[in-house]
Amino acid sequence: MSDTGAKRLMRGSHVLGEAAVLAGCRYYFGYPITPQNEVPEYMSGRLPEVGGTFVQAESELASINMVIGASMAGARVMTSSSSPGISLKQEGISYLAGLELPAVIGNMIRGGPGLGNIAPAQSDYFQATRGGGHGDYRCIVLAPASCQELCDMTVKAFDLADKYRNPVMILGDGMIGQMMEPVVFPQPLDPASLPPKDWTITGAKGRPARAIISLLLDPKVMENLNFKLVRKYDAISQHEVDWETYLTEDARLVVVAFGTAARIAKGAIKRVRDMGLKVGLLRPKTLWPFPMRPLEQMSRVVRHLLCFEMSAGQMVEDVRLAVNGQADVHFYGRPGGVVPTPEEVAHQISHYYYQAHLDQAGPDKGPGGGGRS
Amino acid sequence: MKQVSTRPKSLKPNIFHYCPGCGHSIIHRLVAEVIDELDIRERTIGVPPAGCAVLAYNYLDVDMGEAPHGRALAVATGLKRVLKDHVVFTYQGDGDIAAIGTAETIHAANRGEKLTAIFVNNGVYGMTGGQMAPTTLEGMGSTTTPGGRVAARDGSPLDLTQMLAVAKGSVYLERVAVNSPKNIKKTKKAIKKAFQVQLDGLGFALVEVLSPCPTNWRMSAPASWEWIDTTMSKIFPLGVIKDETGYADRPGDES
Repeated sequence: MSDTGAKRLMRGSHVLGEAAVLAGCRYYFGYPITPQNEVPEYMSGRLPEVGGTFVQAESELASINMVIGASMAGARVMTSSSSPGISLKQEGISYLAGLELPAVIGNMIRGGPGLGNIAPAQSDYFQATRGGGHGDYRCIVLAPASCQELCDMTVKAFDLADKYRNPVMILGDGMIGQMMEPVVFPQPLDPASLPPKDWTITGAKGRPARAIISLLLDPKVMENLNFKLVRKYDAISQHEVDWETYLTEDARLVVVAFGTAARIAKGAIKRVRDMGLKVGLLRPKTLWPFPMRPLEQMSRVVRHLLCFEMSAGQMVEDVRLAVNGQADVHFYGRPGGVVPTPEEVAHQISHYYYQAHLDQAGPDKGPGGGGRS
Repeated sequence: MKQVSTRPKSLKPNIFHYCPGCGHSIIHRLVAEVIDELDIRERTIGVPPAGCAVLAYNYLDVDMGEAPHGRALAVATGLKRVLKDHVVFTYQGDGDIAAIGTAETIHAANRGEKLTAIFVNNGVYGMTGGQMAPTTLEGMGSTTTPGGRVAARDGSPLDLTQMLAVAKGSVYLERVAVNSPKNIKKTKKAIKKAFQVQLDGLGFALVEVLSPCPTNWRMSAPASWEWIDTTMSKIFPLGVIKDETGYADRPGDES
């Protein structure tokens, strides 16, 4: 079924599943929830073809705990869900972080809170990037903006999870999961070729018995684990930040957006560029670790940023932290599953652009600058 | 001189942290003896619960992986699906398996997961200090039922093992107790059978062990043994609840 090298037209949810299989994932545990039902459906057919195992669990709680068990045994393992289901998985995700277990979690965000709706949204940015469950921990969060990137990031997610022994979340939305695009898949990886893991529980044969635990009753011991995690997160922040810039060289205003919102923003930027507005895009590809330094450096040159999200404003807090007052940070968001058009976003961009008199000013004016007096 | 008793290989030489009279230390030892006798220590993985037995990995000398409260059989499902030739067991209390983990338990049994569950029923939440459990008897006091459990307000004691009998994937279910030497022998036999069911790939097996908690029952140890006979086993009767193993009793199993 896997036809590597050639372009294949595939739906995002299927791309996530196929890329996981090619990355050596042989275990998937899931539970139906729209808009990602095509992931468990795909895996239920695909995994048996490669000798893998698919289990439809009785709940998201059970499925994430099955992921914990398979990861303890050393397997590459994945689950996926959408917002309300991810809320239920948060207990297990905290345990994955505390037990230092690798796992990949797909999250196709839908509008919320509560049961919400099944339309594309980005309103779980906080939940994904702040840990989401209890305790001092972080998930690595990758935000694809196309089906090809979803494929590449899924493969990378398994490598990052194993490298850092940490859960990795693929943060998409209903749009990424449902749309069809041509994808070139990588060569399949044989899980047997992966380096052995020296921490798994596979029976105490020829070695002392091991226990994988996160209960550390002595606060000093617990603190040591927390500091160990902090060092790990520092290393991830140093080495794994990823982002893309688009038309930023001469930009006087830069839009900051991720995933589906970034695609819409690109369309909007093309439109305002045609009108002569000097506008670019910075797209975080890793939401945690967040591209703090690239944004900080950009804010020394570009004094006006417009954060655009399909939420009431979540990533904008990280943007403000990154620029630390060096630039004016504007925000435009549509929550609740509303997907704005490039025209609508172009209108917002030009609104901020002209309001700040950027059509007249040089790009080196300070925050609040640009002719307002 | 004849040696009549020794520490099982699968039991670490650590002093149990359990309260005096607690059944956990007996049940731990029985599990370790069975693992030794079946010679499966090197391919056995245990999943301890959240509860008094959360520290079981300090005593059982096998690989162990800690589960969140109630999720032991889901974690065990993940382990066993990867390690098909290994032996995976859970060790869970009544709150863990019959309250917060009810769904995980019923569905693991219903899928016929080739797992062995040791369900320690002492009718109370021990580690958190004696609150009402799903298995607390009517009229029985706890820190959250100070005047005793009232069915109309608190529900009646839940017979989880009986519920599991209707699941097609469950093959062997037995309720035993560790309140007398005779019952301890029966408990060991049941635990051994529940591991054998997994070794033979027959399906889901669970042994419910009525276990004394003198501390939270506010009783002496001997009084707690007697209370299991006179009161607790009237609500949770001992015996085989389901047996579709087709095994004839094997000689030597009584040892």
